[in-house]
Formats: sequence, C-alpha cells, structure tokens
Amino acid sequence: MLVYGVAVLAGCFIAGQLIGDLLGRLLNIDGNVGGVGFAMVLLILIKGWMHKRQWFTSEMESGVNFWNKMYIPVIVAMSSIQNVKSAFSSGSVAIVAGIVPTVICFLAIPLISKISRQKENVPHE
Amino acid sequence: MNDLIALLVKNGFVVALLVTGIIVYVSSVLSDRLFGKKVPGSAIAIFMGLVFAYAAGSITGGAHGVADVAGLSGFAILGGAMFRDFTIVATAMGAHFSEIRKSGLAGVISLFLGVVLAFISGAVIAVSMGYTDAKSITTIGAGACTFIVGPVTGGAVGASSEVIAISIAAGVFKSILATIGTPLVARSIGLNNPQTAMIYGGMIGTTSGVAAGLAATDPKLVPYGAITATFYTGLGCLLCPSVLYFVVRLFFA
Repeated sequence: MLVYGVAVLAGCFIAGQLIGDLLGRLLNIDGNVGGVGFAMVLLILIKGWMHKRQWFTSEMESGVNFWNKMYIPVIVAMSSIQNVKSAFSSGSVAIVAGIVPTVICFLAIPLISKISRQKENVPHE
Repeated sequence: MNDLIALLVKNGFVVALLVTGIIVYVSSVLSDRLFGKKVPGSAIAIFMGLVFAYAAGSITGGAHGVADVAGLSGFAILGGAMFRDFTIVATAMGAHFSEIRKSGLAGVISLFLGVVLAFISGAVIAVSMGYTDAKSITTIGAGACTFIVGPVTGGAVGASSEVIAISIAAGVFKSILATIGTPLVARSIGLNNPQTAMIYGGMIGTTSGVAAGLAATDPKLVPYGAITATFYTGLGCLLCPSVLYFVVRLFFA
C-alpha cells in the first residue's frame, strides 16, 4: 500500500519534530532545533532497516517519492509567499546587512571544504 | 466574478497546486526556448515566485506575498513551513547515510562558523552604518543569520521594533540572495558533491534559501544541505542573544 510509505515518512517527520522541540526546550530556546535533520536521519535508518527485511515495498517507496518530487513545487509556492516587497522597502541597512554577510559566507565555503578534505586524507596516508 | 473568487477561496489548496503547476510548466518552457536549458527550469520558477510575491505585496500591502491575493490564499498552506519541511524530509530518500556520516564533522564546524561569520559581518555593517548601541548591533548581526534569528534575538535583548524590522528584512534578503545566487556561483565554489553541500547548508543556514538554492542547482544535493541547515536557526537563536551579545557589549554600551 502506497499510504504505508507515506505513513512511515509522516511518522519520521513527527518524531523528528518532537526531538527538535525537546532539544529546543533543553537549550532554553523557544523553537525547534534540527527537527527536520533528525527526521531525515530517522527516515534513512528506518528505510534501510525495513529494506533489509523486505518490508519496504516498491509501492511504499513510490509513496515517499511522490513527496520527494513535490519538493520543488512546494519551494516555488514558498518563494511566492515571502515578504519580498517589505524587504525592498526597509532601507539600505537591511539590504547591505543581508547581502554582504551572505557573500562572505559563500566565499568561505570552498576554503572550508578544502580544509576538511585535507583532514580527511590524513589517516589514509 | 464574486462567485468564482468564492469558489477559488473555498478550494484554496487545490488552486495553489494548479497555479504552481502552471508556473513550473511555463518556467520549463522558458528554460528550453529562451535559455537553451542553461538556466534550470526550477531556478526560473523560484525566481518567478519571488517576482509574484513582490508584485502581490505591492498591490495588496500584505506581508504574505501572493497568499494575500483573494483566491490564492491556498499558497500559504502549500508554501508554508509544514509542507516545506515534510517534502525536505522526503528528499532523504535519495541520500546516503555514509555520506552524511563522512561529512558530519565538517557540517558541524561549518554551522558554528556560518553563524559567527554572518553575525560578525552583520554587526560590523551595523556599526559602519551608524549604530552604536549593543542591542541594535546584536539584532542586526543576528538578522544577517536568518530572518528568524533576528527577531528572536531582538526580542531577547530588548531592541527597538524598527531595528527588529530591519533584522527581518536583512534575513529575507539573505534568503533571496541564496535562492538566486546559489545556482550562479555553484560551479566556482565547488558545490557539486554531498560534502560541499553539507558545508554550504551550515554556512548559509537560512532554510528556505538553502532549500531553494540547492533545488535550483542540483536536486540531488538538497538532502545534504538541508540536514545541516536545519540546525542553523536553532544555533543562531542560542548564540546570538547570549555569547555573541556578550562579546558585542564588551565593545559597545
């Protein structure tokens, strides 16, 4: 049944949100810390575990894959409900403080990935 | 006319599915015919979404883009946090756990670095543009992290509502820039493998920007960037009003 796959996905989602909420509460933040990340790891692990026992049928897989493929349309809908107008009318401080740090972080990415790759190679030598 | 709008409002979610499908279709045609497939259809679709959001905001004066247009309210559901996070989790179907484990440490380091680097550069900009009080500097620095970290930090340290509004706008700009900029710079920053995608997620952090930026670059990389980005806002909310605010107060009253 297709819906079993969707239910596994939904279960992982809720469990991840719960862990994220608990972690937020532990850290004294009013919010969810890493809920999506925990849910993703859960889904990968549970899918692998069920696969080994041949419980995760291809029909279940296509249930999850439907939502996987709905990702881009959802992102298109998401970008169309952002408050773009007010961002542009908030003045120059907002524009500069939004853009310059992002550019700096972009520039730092190749640096970090270079360093982490070097570290990774050390034990193999 | 009124009957039609009432019908659209009643079936808002389905209308959003239809309109989004049309946007994605038009974008893929544009990508084929106008750009010779050099610009991905998804990138055009996401950009069109932002343009529509701007137009809708100008016309309605609302804060939720096209969702404030009568008959298109369903976009708030389809594009809201629930479906965004649900579909991001579903992308994990295409991810390999071994890749995530391999780059785990690099991801964690990039998270801390990403928050601190965005905060410091945002704070320096606030100072150079005339802010001298620790509360405003901290809040604008936090806004350079994400549009959630900004207002959360501003609320915690007691910044003025004007500064909080600026921090939100800065965060939205970051998200827009990540959306549009990622596919453009992907090649030159080596963003073509799971490990760099995880570092990218930690460095940029704004969930919507990372999600949209990677979708427009290479959908296969989405789960890796999303898995680190999901911790960014939480980490920012943790560090900005505490340690980083404390550091700012050492220099400013």
